[in-house]
Amino acid sequence: MFCEVDYLPASQDPELLRRLLRAKDRMDANSHEAWPVRRLARVSGVSEAHFARSFKQAFGVPPHRYLLTRRIERVMALLRDTDLSITEIAFQAGWESLGTFGRTVRDVTSESPGAIRARWRVTARELGRVPACFVSAAHRPHLTMAVSEKRRRAGGGIKGVRSAQEVR
Amino acid sequence: MSQGVGVVGLYVRDQDEALAFYVEKLGFRVHTDVRNGEYRWLTVQHPDQPSFQLGLFAPGPPVLDAGTAQSLRAIVAKGAMPPLVLAVDDCRTAYDRMRARGVEFTQEPMDRYGTVDAGFRDPSGNGWKMIEARR
Repeated sequence: MFCEVDYLPASQDPELLRRLLRAKDRMDANSHEAWPVRRLARVSGVSEAHFARSFKQAFGVPPHRYLLTRRIERVMALLRDTDLSITEIAFQAGWESLGTFGRTVRDVTSESPGAIRARWRVTARELGRVPACFVSAAHRPHLTMAVSEKRRRAGGGIKGVRSAQEVR
Repeated sequence: MSQGVGVVGLYVRDQDEALAFYVEKLGFRVHTDVRNGEYRWLTVQHPDQPSFQLGLFAPGPPVLDAGTAQSLRAIVAKGAMPPLVLAVDDCRTAYDRMRARGVEFTQEPMDRYGTVDAGFRDPSGNGWKMIEARR
């Protein structure tokens, strides 16, 4: 058995990839919604068993983690561009619990939502000439491992600089 | 204007399908459609932009080997080609018109930064942002 990724078989069928892209697009458009594998598989017209594996092979991350990166990106944009309360942002981005929201944002970005907002208030500007969606994408987290794994490593003493690098 | 960018090409999975999409659904016009054996040079043009051609090219022989062509088709189908932006006068009107023609939208029109933008893909997977020009 091959574990997780590293060994990648030959390229995937472009026709399948195009349908997987449709599922990815749907998550992009409505990242606040719940996206169980069954729903995504239906969008792509493949079996549930086939979907998660194919998606990861195509896009490098499992679908639920991809969804998390888009939610965090949305959170960043809302923190930066709106005056919505942090509670409101959590719910708009798709979290049902404020506690889980705060913890996940800290685990992924190494900063609290409040700190992120405060920092952007200071730096901002300069990006006015880049189309908004690409500015937003620049703040998408690069999650190379599961958040639970990041949390475990951070808790296990690999703190500070190293864990900050892993996020970026 | 006699200097500047004249043609930028997209890779598409099927040139006939792409031609139908860009002409019938988006309202572009054919500029050049010339075949030489297996090779087909196909460009379209926005009706308001006569100095620029958008090339619709199929990756494959004789220009590219089969393996490279297969990789490119996969990259296009994954939506990994660079961003494209279509400027329009009225994003919501264009959205309604294009949607009625069956364009696959990835994002509905949204007010942002004093303008309106939407997102769509061509049949191959190339992703476009459609942005209303600021008045």
